Amino acid sequence: MKIHEYQGKDLFRKYGVPVPFGIPAMNKDEAIAAVAKVMDHSGGEVVVVKAQIHAGGRGMGGGVKVCKGKAAAEEAINAIYGMQLVTHQTGPEGKEVQRLLVEQGLDIKHEYYLGITLDRATGRVTVMASTEGGMEIETVAEESPEKIFKEAIVPGIGWQDHQSRSLGFKLGLDAKQVRVFGGFMQKLTKCYEEMDCSLLEINPLITTGDGQVMALDAKINFDDNGLYRHKELEEWRDLTEEDASEVEASKYDLSFINLDGTIGCMVNGAGLAMSTMDIIKHYGGDPANFLDVGGGATAEKVTAAFKIITSDPRVKGIFVNIFGGIMKCDTIANGVVTAVKEIGLKVPLVVRLEGTNVELGKKIIAESGLNVETCTDMGDGARKIVELTK
Amino acid sequence: MSVLIGKETKLLVQGMTGKTGAFHTVQAIEYGTNVVAGVTPGKAGGSVEGCPGVPIFNTCEEAVAATGANATVIYVPPPFAADAIMEAAAAGIPLIITITEGVPAADMVNVKAFLESEHPETVLVGPNCPGVITPGACKIGIMPGYIHKEGDIGVVSRSGTLTYEVVHQLTTLGLGQSTAIGIGGDPVKGMDFIDCIKLFNEDPDTRAIMMIGEIGGSSEEEAAAYIKEHVKKPVAGFIAGLTAPPGKRMGHAGAIIAGGKGSAQDKIAAMEAAGIKMAPTPADMGTTLQSLL
Repeated sequence: MKIHEYQGKDLFRKYGVPVPFGIPAMNKDEAIAAVAKVMDHSGGEVVVVKAQIHAGGRGMGGGVKVCKGKAAAEEAINAIYGMQLVTHQTGPEGKEVQRLLVEQGLDIKHEYYLGITLDRATGRVTVMASTEGGMEIETVAEESPEKIFKEAIVPGIGWQDHQSRSLGFKLGLDAKQVRVFGGFMQKLTKCYEEMDCSLLEINPLITTGDGQVMALDAKINFDDNGLYRHKELEEWRDLTEEDASEVEASKYDLSFINLDGTIGCMVNGAGLAMSTMDIIKHYGGDPANFLDVGGGATAEKVTAAFKIITSDPRVKGIFVNIFGGIMKCDTIANGVVTAVKEIGLKVPLVVRLEGTNVELGKKIIAESGLNVETCTDMGDGARKIVELTK
Repeated sequence: MSVLIGKETKLLVQGMTGKTGAFHTVQAIEYGTNVVAGVTPGKAGGSVEGCPGVPIFNTCEEAVAATGANATVIYVPPPFAADAIMEAAAAGIPLIITITEGVPAADMVNVKAFLESEHPETVLVGPNCPGVITPGACKIGIMPGYIHKEGDIGVVSRSGTLTYEVVHQLTTLGLGQSTAIGIGGDPVKGMDFIDCIKLFNEDPDTRAIMMIGEIGGSSEEEAAAYIKEHVKKPVAGFIAGLTAPPGKRMGHAGAIIAGGKGSAQDKIAAMEAAGIKMAPTPADMGTTLQSLL
């Protein structure tokens, strides 16, 4: 699960991680009112207006503006609010900006990159720091990996001050800043571990003219598997940032991702679902989605999945590819038949069934009288659906 | 003629009294697996329908002492799975197969550290995996038994149903399996490709190896490097997710192309460079392996 920068900074405040003073705004009026409050609080004339969308690279896309004076701030608010912000993480269509964060301007001395994530190779949570703050860290990793310093957290022992010192001095902080950085890191790693984060990124982390260490940005992702321990995060979920079909699918516990193509896919198991997309592409078709109905699907879940696929007007055909393990083929067949009877079927449907109760499943489909193409294996099924949607 | 499990395996089931645990225990017994005990805290002395003569214990320690169980399978819900793995390791069980899906990554980080320091000899498979099967001898996990066939192909895969798909293709071609291992799709897990490849390489009854990977992480690349260096047996492979868009988690917590890393193209290139014959489509996995024999 992803959250907005302003929510991430709220979480940082809770853990005592220093962040600039700022006020989130859900519309232009709130944002304009926030400018005055932020100026009052900071005693300065400089504010930063920041677009709040779930994607990085907002500054380069024109979604972050530093403004001096109220008029300039208002101009920035008018420009950013409602814009389709395109960054390297949004895709070419961009994302509409519906929330803003208005923050105090700061006397920035240096910018750094700081990230915490799980290193799969070692199985340990790892802190990465770099002097190349504000840059795309992927670019730094690609072009000059020696500029990224790493320290792993030992499970059960936790982050140690010597690790902060090691990173701090490598970053070129002075002795006093390193001490401040040590306190900062203790709080930040505690936040990562207690909140079941999967990614915590601060780009940039800054030092100020008066010696503070501060998180100028906050990008936090949570491990979906750990969300049951943090019910309070549910209210931070911004459904407008997520694809409507994906939200609908998540209600039924279906793993669904919208893609650009025309062939709807319903598959059980993530690996088989990805492979099904691959083989459709191989035969010259384009998958409209990734959909894993999971292992323990019921007929209701299958019906829901089928409705989500057919509600997409771009879908010109559907390929159901099931290898029954725990999931029984007759369950799938019943779900498909129910869905088709309920909502009709205007596009070709190819069903491939294999595994547990396959004969029963095939019988249900055959006796339903529905216009369903059967196939011998997944290759045959993929060829057929591509042919039928041409 | 197998790795990890066989006729000699005496299986304990943690979470045997739950719906999933009970269902798959019955299936395992029907397949011929020697299930010796179940563990559910507070249910000692009870029994599970369809599993006559399999006693239930409160703790792994008691179950091992009474039955000599030498492998365990875990079906307990995600919040309790990490604890169940560590309990099994502490009870001295050498092989722990964890089926449970949805275990928080932070819990698995602790499990991994615990096993490395306290029980370095313990072998963990999973979590979030279909399990391990040695056809004709022992089935541990949720895979449908009947698609398998006794034979000499070692299968290792990160995905559940895609494992069934490849096994089914092999069996249809008349190629049986020595052992099929589903290692699971989570970012922090027990056995990885390289560990399974080592076992298959050393197993005199495994003639060829089928390796099924997917996007995310770099364990396929690491296994490829090992294969290039050490493995003389024929290896065929497939990587799922060639058409997956970057930044989207494809079902498995570990299946994501992030920061330009973990793409199918990179993995396929690394595996081909290691001499692994790659199947062009998932429908050709079986025939690709067959072409090497």
